[in-house]
Amino acid sequence: MNVPQDLDSRFRDRAARGNLLDVAYDVADSPIGPLLVAATGRGLCEIAFDPEPEREAERLAARFGTRVLHAPRPLARARRELDQYFGGRRRDFDLPVDIEWLPDFQRGVLEELARVPYGRTETYGSLAARIGRPRAARAVGGALNRNPLPIVLPCHRVVGASGSLVGYAGGLERKRALLELEGWNEL
Amino acid sequence: MMAAVEIPPFERFYESHKDEVYGYLVRLLGRQAAEDAFQETFLRALRGYPKLEHGRHLRAWAFTIATRLAIDERRRARPAPLDPPEQAVVDGEPAFAELAQLAGDLPPKERAAVVLRYGYDLTYADIGAAIGSSPDAARQAASSGVRRLRRSLK
Repeated sequence: MNVPQDLDSRFRDRAARGNLLDVAYDVADSPIGPLLVAATGRGLCEIAFDPEPEREAERLAARFGTRVLHAPRPLARARRELDQYFGGRRRDFDLPVDIEWLPDFQRGVLEELARVPYGRTETYGSLAARIGRPRAARAVGGALNRNPLPIVLPCHRVVGASGSLVGYAGGLERKRALLELEGWNEL
Repeated sequence: MMAAVEIPPFERFYESHKDEVYGYLVRLLGRQAAEDAFQETFLRALRGYPKLEHGRHLRAWAFTIATRLAIDERRRARPAPLDPPEQAVVDGEPAFAELAQLAGDLPPKERAAVVLRYGYDLTYADIGAAIGSSPDAARQAASSGVRRLRRSLK
């Protein structure tokens, strides 16, 4: 006997409202494909391209705790801000993020990355210099490649020394699409 | 040494068991009371989830929580009218659906034991855990329930 849809939704809502979850997640549509968005009680903890929810749930459970549930309500604000961003109506995200669990170096890189403004680009080398590690451009690239919150923490705004796109965990086509959305023109 | 069975993300546990736990509660309590008991079952499961030490017997664990809630609910309230048989047959278990209908008047523990044994094929060890008794007492509750049913059919 199948659980009625509204009962299933009410349970998921109550679980989230009762603070009983380690992680809530949802899948959002976007012009660059579906995105899995996930949050702990502290804030947004993951955005994933090409999501396979079952595998993502395993990964989230290993990192944050086993109470991982598809529960749209806690992600409503993140989904709304992402919609606004993709619709050209938002330049900055106003969302709490949970990156406390990351190694210090990566967290430092991402905190600095968050200051790169909409529509502007920065090179790996200059970002490395800004965190006081001017010779660590390659390590900065590695930290960005493992960015758990692409788009919101804008690693698409970091490019190679020559201005070429270089790389992106979600694929160069997505990096180009995000930069073009922000009004960037390739040299 | 037997490998530890990992605890799955709650989503997988919930998706694996929600439909049969819901069906079970509808049979024990009727549709309306089952909705509350269903939510409470999985909210309790969420509260208990971090304390699990392994991922074995999760199906029986879900039935245990549901059974305890159903027994409390039936003690507290008068039994709700059950679904008419033609609705309960929908999932293709006509024999069991009839059994669940018939079991409606049994004492709560006997009813749960009969339904868990013959409807969901749980072991007596698991049924004992669900109704808060030993496996032997669970076997006796199921037998006694079946005997009572036979008498009521004569």
